[in-house]
Amino acid sequence: MDAQTTIARRVAQELRPGNLVNLGIGIPTLVANYVPPGLNIFFQSENGLIGTGPIPEQGMAHPLLTDAGGKPISALPGAATFDSAMSFGLIRGGHVDITVLGGLQVDAGGRLANWTIPGKMVPGMGGAMDLVSGAKRVIVAMQHAAKGKSKIVAKCNLPLTSVRPIDLVVTDMAVIAFPGGNATLQETAPGVTIAEVLAVTEAELVVPDKVPEMKL
Amino acid sequence: MKAVSLEDAIAMIPTGASIMVGGFMGVGTPERLLDELVRQKKSNISLISNDAATPGKGVGKLFEGAQVAHMIGTHIGLNPKAQQQMLGKQITVDLIPQGTFVERIRAGGCGLGGVLTPTGVGTLVEEGKQKIDVGGKSYLLETALRADFALVHAFLADYAGNLSYALTARNFNPVMAMAADTVIVTAEHIVPVGVIAPDHVITPAPLVDYLVANG
Repeated sequence: MDAQTTIARRVAQELRPGNLVNLGIGIPTLVANYVPPGLNIFFQSENGLIGTGPIPEQGMAHPLLTDAGGKPISALPGAATFDSAMSFGLIRGGHVDITVLGGLQVDAGGRLANWTIPGKMVPGMGGAMDLVSGAKRVIVAMQHAAKGKSKIVAKCNLPLTSVRPIDLVVTDMAVIAFPGGNATLQETAPGVTIAEVLAVTEAELVVPDKVPEMKL
Repeated sequence: MKAVSLEDAIAMIPTGASIMVGGFMGVGTPERLLDELVRQKKSNISLISNDAATPGKGVGKLFEGAQVAHMIGTHIGLNPKAQQQMLGKQITVDLIPQGTFVERIRAGGCGLGGVLTPTGVGTLVEEGKQKIDVGGKSYLLETALRADFALVHAFLADYAGNLSYALTARNFNPVMAMAADTVIVTAEHIVPVGVIAPDHVITPAPLVDYLVANG
C-alpha cells in the first residue's frame, strides 16, 4: 500500500455516522474514497455545499457545481447549497464535526503550520485558519517526513495556522494524538517499528506501553 | 433597479474604484462584466475578491493587463500572474482568512463596524489588530469592508431585479450585493416577475442598482 493510501484509509476510520466533514486538498481529499458505505457522512465543500458527490461522469458536469478548487463535482440526494457567510458560519461555529487538512509541520504540542513558507510559498490561507479554529475535531493527514526531514517537529518554525492544537495526525508511519498537550504515539503503520518512528521524528513522543499497529 | 447595457454598466466605473467581484475560482463570477472591464481598460482597481481565479478566467483576466493595483482576498495561489505581480511588488495584496473576508463584507453590508472572530488569534493575522476578550476567550476585531461597486452574478433575475443563484455559484454574491454603493448584476436568465417565488428570492430587488441586459 502506498503512503497516501495508508494515510487516507486510516483517517477514514475516524469518521462517525452522520458526521459533517470538511476535507482539504491533497491527501485529505482521498479520504472520501475509503468511507464505508452506509455511514451517511455529509461532506462540506466550503464554496457552499453540503453533500458533495463523486466527480461526475463524462457529459454530466455542471459549470456551476464545483469543489473549492473549481473542479466539477456532483451533489448527492439531500445536498444543500448556501452562501459563503453560512459556509464559514458552519466552520467557525463548531458545526463541522471533523476537518481533515494537509500539513507542513505539526509540533510536539499539536500546533499546525500549513499555509505558507515565507518567501517561497505565499498563496494565502484560504479557509485553513477558520477550519482549524472552529471545527470540533481537527485531523492532519500528511507524510511523516519530507526529503528525510521530520514534519513532526519540536516547535513549528513556519507561521502557525492556529494556536488551537489539532486532535490527531495520521502519517504513513504513525498515528499521533496530543493528550494533555503532549505528542503521544497511538499506532504504527503496518511493518513500521516504534524505533523507526522515533528515529525520523524530531518531536519528543510519549510512547505508551502498548502501541498497536494500524488496522487497515 | 435600472436596466443597462454592458458597455454603459462598466463606463460608470471610474479609474481607481474599489470593486467587489462575486465568485469562487471563477464560478459565479460575472464574466461579461470582467471582459468589459478589460475592453474598457479600467485601471488602478482596488479588487475585493475571494481569489485571483486562474489566468483567463473570472477576475484572473484583470491581472493580464495589470489593471489591479491592490487586492484583498484569501487565496491567489492558482494564478501565477497575480503571484508574480505580488512578489514583484507591482500590486499590494492583503491575504486574509476566508471566514474573516466574508464576515467583514457581511458587516459592511449590515451596518456593523466589524466582527469579533477567534480565527487568526496568535498567528501572523493578528498583527496590528485589536484583541478583545469576551467571556474569557480572545477574539480579533476585524473591521467592516465596503466597496464603490459590487459586480454580482445571479442565475435568475426577474424584471424587477430580484435574484436567485444556482448551486456553488452563489458563494460571495449575495453578501457583496449588500456591501457596495452601486450594485451591478448579470444573470444567466432574465425572467418575468413571479418566476422567482418570494421564498426563493435570495437578493431582494431594492439591493440591485443595475441589471445588465443579456446580449
